[in-house]
Amino acid sequence: MTKFQLNRRTLIKSGAAIGAGLALPTIFTSSARAYLNEPKGGTVTLGFNVPQTGPYADEGLDELRAQELAVQHLNGEGDGGMLNTFSSKALKGNGILGKKVQFVSGDTQTKSDAARAAAKSMIEKDGAVMINGGSSSGVAVAVQSLCQEAGVIFMAGLTHSNDTTGKDKKRNGFRHFFNAYMSGQALAPVLNAAYGADRRAYHLTADYTWGWTQQESIQEATEKLGWETVNNVLTPLAATDFSSYIAPVLNSGADVLILNHYGGNMVNSLTNAVQFGLRDKMVNGKQFEIVVPLYSELMAAGAGANVRGVIGSMNWNWQLQDEGSKAFVKSFGEKYGRPPSNSAHTCYAQVMLYADACERAGTFDPCGVVDALEGFEFDGMGNGPTLYRADDHQCFKDVLVMKGTENPTNEYDTLEIVEVTPRAQVEYAPDHPMFAGGDLGQCNSGA
Amino acid sequence: MLGLSKKDTTFLLIVIFLTLATPILLQPFPEGSALAQFNAGYPDLMQRFAIYGIFAIGFNILFGLTGYLSFGHAAFLGVGSYSVVWMYKLLSYNVLPGLILAVLMSALFALFIGFISLRRSGIYFSILTLAFAQMSFNLAYSVLTPLTNGETGLQVYTNDPQVLMSAGSPTSPHFFGIVMNESAKIDVGGWQFTFSNGYYFCAIIAIIVFYLSLRIFRSPFGIMLRAIKTNQTRMSYTGLNSRPYTLAAFVISGMYAGLAGGLLASMDPLAGAERMQWTASGEVVLMTILGGAGTLMGPVLGAGFIKYFENIFSKINDNILYAWFSALPEGLADALVFMLHPFIGKGWNLTLGLLFMLVVIFLPGGLMEGGSRIWGLITGKNRKSKKAGKDPEHHPKPSAHVN
Repeated sequence: MTKFQLNRRTLIKSGAAIGAGLALPTIFTSSARAYLNEPKGGTVTLGFNVPQTGPYADEGLDELRAQELAVQHLNGEGDGGMLNTFSSKALKGNGILGKKVQFVSGDTQTKSDAARAAAKSMIEKDGAVMINGGSSSGVAVAVQSLCQEAGVIFMAGLTHSNDTTGKDKKRNGFRHFFNAYMSGQALAPVLNAAYGADRRAYHLTADYTWGWTQQESIQEATEKLGWETVNNVLTPLAATDFSSYIAPVLNSGADVLILNHYGGNMVNSLTNAVQFGLRDKMVNGKQFEIVVPLYSELMAAGAGANVRGVIGSMNWNWQLQDEGSKAFVKSFGEKYGRPPSNSAHTCYAQVMLYADACERAGTFDPCGVVDALEGFEFDGMGNGPTLYRADDHQCFKDVLVMKGTENPTNEYDTLEIVEVTPRAQVEYAPDHPMFAGGDLGQCNSGA
Repeated sequence: MLGLSKKDTTFLLIVIFLTLATPILLQPFPEGSALAQFNAGYPDLMQRFAIYGIFAIGFNILFGLTGYLSFGHAAFLGVGSYSVVWMYKLLSYNVLPGLILAVLMSALFALFIGFISLRRSGIYFSILTLAFAQMSFNLAYSVLTPLTNGETGLQVYTNDPQVLMSAGSPTSPHFFGIVMNESAKIDVGGWQFTFSNGYYFCAIIAIIVFYLSLRIFRSPFGIMLRAIKTNQTRMSYTGLNSRPYTLAAFVISGMYAGLAGGLLASMDPLAGAERMQWTASGEVVLMTILGGAGTLMGPVLGAGFIKYFENIFSKINDNILYAWFSALPEGLADALVFMLHPFIGKGWNLTLGLLFMLVVIFLPGGLMEGGSRIWGLITGKNRKSKKAGKDPEHHPKPSAHVN
């Protein structure tokens, strides 16, 4: 073996080589475009980033169905769905700004890292101008900040954490879905009427941003009623068996179990709770009850008979009878032979809202789209009159309180609407303590 | 040159050329053609090739040379990432302090874990490292949430101190002003090549650490490590204490992993706990075995192979399949899509698993063995080695892992 000898000549040589190597990329740096991924040909590409594996996979697949449907409607195929009922008439069914819409899809795996990698590849490789989807707030927060850094628009899918439009809000990110605070405000009166004001609650909470903020919101809302919070136990998102978390509930003196779980987590924890006979117990002289603050049809279907009579909240439900909902349920049902879930609805609405904003702004430039969406008021998307608030990019609309159907008549009849909570009751100031600490920053077009 | 033999110098030069030309080599199909789907020359994936290449090179120093199979290297990857993001939060977006801290922190972690785990060898060592990695994962995931932000992942917020940030500094990771996520796109004919700052930063570091690993492989220290792999018992009978050598190898490979983790956070300023999960540790073992344990180039190839599948195959969906088979009659196209459906999209793991089985069964030396067999077929050298295979007197075979 030879000795590694460093003399002046080799040092200068290698120094120059390394310097040249480092400087090489900078000479190419150019900015010929007006904004990142400006569509040049006759098409525009949207990126649909949904969980296809992991605990929220069912939700993700339903989102993808709705996104495909939205693309069809934008391109003038099918019956047009909610395009016909949408209050803004800018979209004409000829794509967006005359460009045919095409899409690429990615798998978030319900992991922040994987979701960012998938979104990056859609932005860098496929030239997506907008990322839509996601079924977890952890993922939504991670992808939203990626889109802000990269300079594309993020239209959040199902994300219910207060942080998405609170401490983690971004100028390039928009949320149509409701949030945990709204769930708490909508649920509290119904819980009061159903279970009384003297209750002891035990929380099981998914251990990430959504679980934390939902638990905080529900605790605040129920404690205002006079409920007492016995305990809050955090459970890992990847957990599949919750029996070890359920067993201590029996001896805690609590008479309500609040499951701050979603998707596969909720199906498993609710099933475990029912298997332990919690719902047949009498505690403190009262019937033991279970509450699932955030519901979805797919979870209700997964949990089967266990959801009967369990109260929760939703962003939208296919049983709503307004024109927009009816049109969407009809075209979704005709294409896929099943009613859409509320995660499907929010993704569909987000794609439509994005397309409409581009059309109204006359450009795909993220900064133009941001201007068009901020403070936008619309109707006919299934939730009644809705506002995209400029202060935090959160949509304000009615919230549904749901209950598991006692005597289902068919396999999709799993939940029934208890109450439509009016928008005024769930509104809050942009600087509410649960949402404080964030900053939208400036819009980024990636130029 | 640089203390290498002539053969190794050529080898290093080839590696340098391949690494620097990656943006062109990975973009073999013109934009808009049906095969453009298989292009991999976009910055994020190229950065991953380089970073996981570094991770695998480091892992190979431990596993390839000493034969100690660690199932806990993802812990160092995570430590590296968290260090870099914390430096962003406290100082500024310059990646240098973070990378230095990443290497130091992972070295400390490796020293601690290695000191305990290396008291055992074989399967017990693997289990111990696995246990440590899983502990680190759970700590990051739910116990140390103020430090790691749990499942959501650690991110930089506008209200973080960032004491070294001045008004004009870049607001995303940079190396003294060279912003990582900037790139230049060059159109040549139908092809589009993306030259990204981030990729070249990773590539240059990868070349440097590759050179270091080459030196380690050829050094007396490397020979000592190989001796440990061959027969540790005999080593201890000759009165040699092997533990300092294995510990040094463990720490070095831990530092490589920390550097890789730091680079991940340098390309994308987020650190997630799932980076520390046991699946991530398993992945680097797969990379090394798939490419060829104990060879210099193998682990890098394996890393590229797995990342390619994860990012390119997982994006092929039924619509794309239908587009490919659009020329065929409808019934046949449906049948083909139905048959291929389990192997694409979210089924990429299945495809990778099958390929992994084929490689392990038919090419125990990994992709490198496949490469050298093909090379042998071309140059006609294989006849000689076939004769050697029928060696009636059972002469010891030449060592396979000096390459």
